[in-house]
Amino acid sequence: MTTKLFGEPVRRREDARLIAGQGRYLDDLGQHALAAAFVRSPHAHARITGINVDAALEVDGLVAIYTWEDLPPGVAEPLPLLIPHPALTHGRTAYPLARDIVRHVGEPIVMVVAVDRYVAEDVCDLIEVSYEFLKPVVGVEAAVSGAHLVHEDVPDNIGAHLVQEVAAKDGRSAAEAIAAAPHTLSFRLDIERSACMPLEGKGVYARWDADDQSLRVYSSTQTSTSVRMALAAKLGIPLPKVEVIAPDVGGGFGVKIVHPWPEEVLVPWAARLLNRELKWTEDRREHFISSAHERAQVQHVKVGFDDEGRVLGLSVEILHDHGAYTPYGIIVPIITSTQLLGPYKIGAYRVEFSSVYTNTVQVTPYRGAGRPQGVFCMERTMDKIAAFLGKDRTDVRAANFIQPDEFPYDQGMIFQDGRPLIYDSGDYPESLRKLKELIGWDEFPALQEVARAEGRRIGIGIGCYVEGTGVGPYEGGHVQITSDGRVHVSTGLTSQGQGHETVFAQIAATELGVPIERVSVVTGDTRRFGYAVGTFASRAAVMSGNAIALACRKVREKALRVAADALEADPRDLEITDGMVHVVGSPSAAIPLATVAVLSNPLRYAFDEEAKRATQFAGSADMNRPPVAEGEEPGLEGKDYYSPIRSTFASGMHAAIVETDPDTAEIRILRYAVVHDCGKMINPMLVEGQIHGGVAQGVGGALYEKMAYDDHGQLLNASFMDFLMPYATEIPRIETDHLETPSPLNPLGIKGAGEAGVIPVASVIAGAIENAEGFPIDRMPISPSELHELRVRPA
Amino acid sequence: MKPPPFDYHAPVSVAEAVEVLAEAGAHGKVLAGGQSLIPMLNMRLAAPAHLVDINRVAGLGEISAGPDGVRVGALARHSQVERSPDACGTLPLLRQALKLVAHPVIRNRGTVVGSLVHADPSAELPAVLALLGGSVRLASRGGEREVAAADFFTGPLESATRPGELAVSAFFPAWPGGTAFVEVARRHGDFAMAGVAAAVRLDDDLRVAEARVACISVGPAPVVVDLTAACGNRPVASMDWRAVVSAVQERIEPEADIHATAEYRRHLTGVLVERAVRAAADA
Amino acid sequence: MHDITLVVNGVPREVRVPARRLLSDCLRHDLGLTGTHVGCEHGVCGACTVLLDGEPIRSCLTFAVTVSGREITTVEGLGADGPSPVQRAFAECHGLQCGFCTPGFLCTTTAFLRDNPAPTDEEVLEGISGNLCRCTGYQNIIKSVHRAAELLAEESS
Repeated sequence: MTTKLFGEPVRRREDARLIAGQGRYLDDLGQHALAAAFVRSPHAHARITGINVDAALEVDGLVAIYTWEDLPPGVAEPLPLLIPHPALTHGRTAYPLARDIVRHVGEPIVMVVAVDRYVAEDVCDLIEVSYEFLKPVVGVEAAVSGAHLVHEDVPDNIGAHLVQEVAAKDGRSAAEAIAAAPHTLSFRLDIERSACMPLEGKGVYARWDADDQSLRVYSSTQTSTSVRMALAAKLGIPLPKVEVIAPDVGGGFGVKIVHPWPEEVLVPWAARLLNRELKWTEDRREHFISSAHERAQVQHVKVGFDDEGRVLGLSVEILHDHGAYTPYGIIVPIITSTQLLGPYKIGAYRVEFSSVYTNTVQVTPYRGAGRPQGVFCMERTMDKIAAFLGKDRTDVRAANFIQPDEFPYDQGMIFQDGRPLIYDSGDYPESLRKLKELIGWDEFPALQEVARAEGRRIGIGIGCYVEGTGVGPYEGGHVQITSDGRVHVSTGLTSQGQGHETVFAQIAATELGVPIERVSVVTGDTRRFGYAVGTFASRAAVMSGNAIALACRKVREKALRVAADALEADPRDLEITDGMVHVVGSPSAAIPLATVAVLSNPLRYAFDEEAKRATQFAGSADMNRPPVAEGEEPGLEGKDYYSPIRSTFASGMHAAIVETDPDTAEIRILRYAVVHDCGKMINPMLVEGQIHGGVAQGVGGALYEKMAYDDHGQLLNASFMDFLMPYATEIPRIETDHLETPSPLNPLGIKGAGEAGVIPVASVIAGAIENAEGFPIDRMPISPSELHELRVRPA
Repeated sequence: MKPPPFDYHAPVSVAEAVEVLAEAGAHGKVLAGGQSLIPMLNMRLAAPAHLVDINRVAGLGEISAGPDGVRVGALARHSQVERSPDACGTLPLLRQALKLVAHPVIRNRGTVVGSLVHADPSAELPAVLALLGGSVRLASRGGEREVAAADFFTGPLESATRPGELAVSAFFPAWPGGTAFVEVARRHGDFAMAGVAAAVRLDDDLRVAEARVACISVGPAPVVVDLTAACGNRPVASMDWRAVVSAVQERIEPEADIHATAEYRRHLTGVLVERAVRAAADA
Repeated sequence: MHDITLVVNGVPREVRVPARRLLSDCLRHDLGLTGTHVGCEHGVCGACTVLLDGEPIRSCLTFAVTVSGREITTVEGLGADGPSPVQRAFAECHGLQCGFCTPGFLCTTTAFLRDNPAPTDEEVLEGISGNLCRCTGYQNIIKSVHRAAELLAEESS
């Protein structure tokens, strides 16, 4: 492995096309396709009493109008509940087009196909839907009161209820441990809704080939393989006749892992029915009201602790708002419940959640996926314990840390992958040491004093997290070296800007000993790789990275065998450098991988000069052996899968210094520091990029972004004017430091890095504001207006 | 999010424009910079039957500055006014306000007069016009009329412009003292939760001889308050700020929205009044 | 329908469009220049930013008919032979991830550095303040703008 690229800040191979405007995103494809648009419910909860399309039929350029009544069996059924769980006793999913009842503003009712999107929207405007209004349910507390129901057959609007409890070593329950603890605290925390909000919305483009009876679908998705299987099943098309491709995708952050979306089923269905190319490109308003949101929870916390701040018992009750439907099951509250524990060993833990229906957009994972809420809970708890005891907040955390010699550490719970929550590795005390140094934790009180004397309010906050990454069940990699010496790598999971083409090429180039320029990588194209799970849970590098490494090792082994034959050497004496197989220490006895690829595929026909060397009269073969040896296959290619026994656990700690304006209550982040441990880094430049982006989304969630629903279930800020995603002017410079604690679970020793940046930000900022202001911050995000309210409220 | 269909008119003279607007009546809408109108069209919150695009009308792009003040033509973009040394030399408040209008790219296209006609109570330029007692010139088939700012802003997103009229220019009178514009927005470039434009004139003893503020986002239109009396002809250093602030706070009518409570806007306006008056006195 | 001519990246292009055709859609769907992206269609995100006679504007807030006869530069036209210094700087500094907002940042930055070749940090922030990016956290974009200024200075010296 002399071509060392693993671990280097290699520049991205995606960028050449993306900076030139040559990317191919969903709406860049199918320039002559028909366009779809949807009539969506303007009401949060209503019964549809009639749909009148008479006026719409006059519009020039209209092709088709469909309602639920028009859908065939299969397509007409409710969309799948992707992740069933025994605790999800009342799972409900939507019909692709509303049948009888709409349950949130934005739910699709009528599909319109027209010559272009302008005309399709004109048609939508002319379709009259009449409604009988039902009482909308908004907010988890209103929901569990059960006064009104989102689904008639779901009592108290509770879709799922789950309790997990881990007893203390002495067998005490959490309630007993808290009751017996020297000190106890109880409090309530609130986290508001936000959303992934990728700059490219969703989109689907379908081409039915009537001659071939096959379907090709492009979707801006995080899982093309699973969309393919869903479509084959829903449309009754044999799987080999369906191909799904994720082209360049303009960001995902979770929302595009949900599938099949109504449009993902309807567009291919209608394309086949009409025998016309058809495309739907989601606009921003649609994305706000008809895709997915996340985060909203109310938490009730009780904690018991000793004089050192060690947690003896912790009990958390969570009300989780999952919106109108549960296509993604209860993954989000499960992750909150389990990842809440962070880097700490606590005595006894009980967590109970109710996952609740409301007449709002469905809730599915958004980068962090329940962890920001869990970390908010635990880190606010740590700060409150420190405040109660008058101790330094970092000392209280350190007192609770799992120590480096305690790994693997079993938290005694079941994680989101259905497997035990066992941390594989980490070094939390060292992370804390690095973070305190980076932010200047110990020097801060003096700074704060100086500021105070100048009439300024500054505060510091800290937050720690552990993130289960690289969840299974598996990913695969395929590697082929062709007779031109090129290396073609493919994996089934998809890319949304992470730089997979670069990191997977780094892995392949390193494993195979070839220049990276010769490696090309394809992701998310079922024509190239059919078995995959998808891109979510910070899993792509861990899962596909290791699968590709394993596939490369198979190919390498074969290349050495074939080359050993040609060079009349022992394969154990061979290595590959710069695309040449050669005897170790003897560069002259060498053969290019291109030639090895030719030799690996015995030919009858010479289609070019190179191929002549592999034909039957070339005189190179041993006449006593079959051209393809037993157990061998022609060609220099290999495929392998990586399927871990359980997740690998990355970790990190953030700290921030904020300043609050004493008069206007504006909140400014002066410094933001991150220490991050994702095991071995494949490309530190890209890891940093992931952290920056995550922190920025975290800052959005802490200070700016909130889905504001009114009591009628209307989303009041369904635009970028009023849903405040941060611009460059709102994001601080992020200072980073890294630790590399390898994962013992996978061959490359890596852990996921995609979501980490976002996870602790709200808790860090809350802690810093609290430190600046001197009163508790228990609800995020927080605006200047809300901070002002806290200042002036009666004590 | 595609605009609905409309009949498009692209007049090349004011005469032709007002002719078309007269024909269109209440169904006509003027397109200048389009930075407020086109989002509304794309969201189909507006659907005028006739769109009169004045971007080809000759003679509307002028910015002329004189000792009396600055006249800005209907096609002068925010960025042109912001970069005009003459206009901003005569009236620094124009640049102080324009820097707060959205983002530079929006200012490249949006027009000053368009912003006035749009009459958003959170917008900066209506406040500037109201503070200085400027006016808007409206042309129609029947001729021209000049409407004073006090009469021009009639409500939220409502101006005195009648169907058939085209706002051809606005006049911002010069101010013989200092000015400032301060505001607090959620994000840089957003509409402000509260903002205050101030114009202050000091006498030779550095006492406040005249002071006015215009407040945004706290009423249906910019709220102009003459603070000369409340300032009590004192130097800024010994001003009774409580009196000054309460003189403003009793005039404003803030409302709550998802970004701020009414009480916060009232408080914030108070804070910003002091900051703006101090800054204007220093300018 | 209106017959208009747009001079796009130096080439006159004739096209027949309805009056309501947004410039962004005209470039993307009538002229096939899909490098200009559409992220919000209400003028906030900046992904659709192109240069109109050299000045950055939102193509989603402009009707194609309004700018008939004018010069438009899109991301496809920023580099003459290969990528421009601004484009190279973004690749070098990891100033993009999914790449969807990138064309808007590239057009904005190109005009910004032409008017202000040696900007301060604060000026860079103001210069790119109207463009949203959901991936990068902006830090590497800011770095890219400074690096582009360096590359441009090297090129002109």
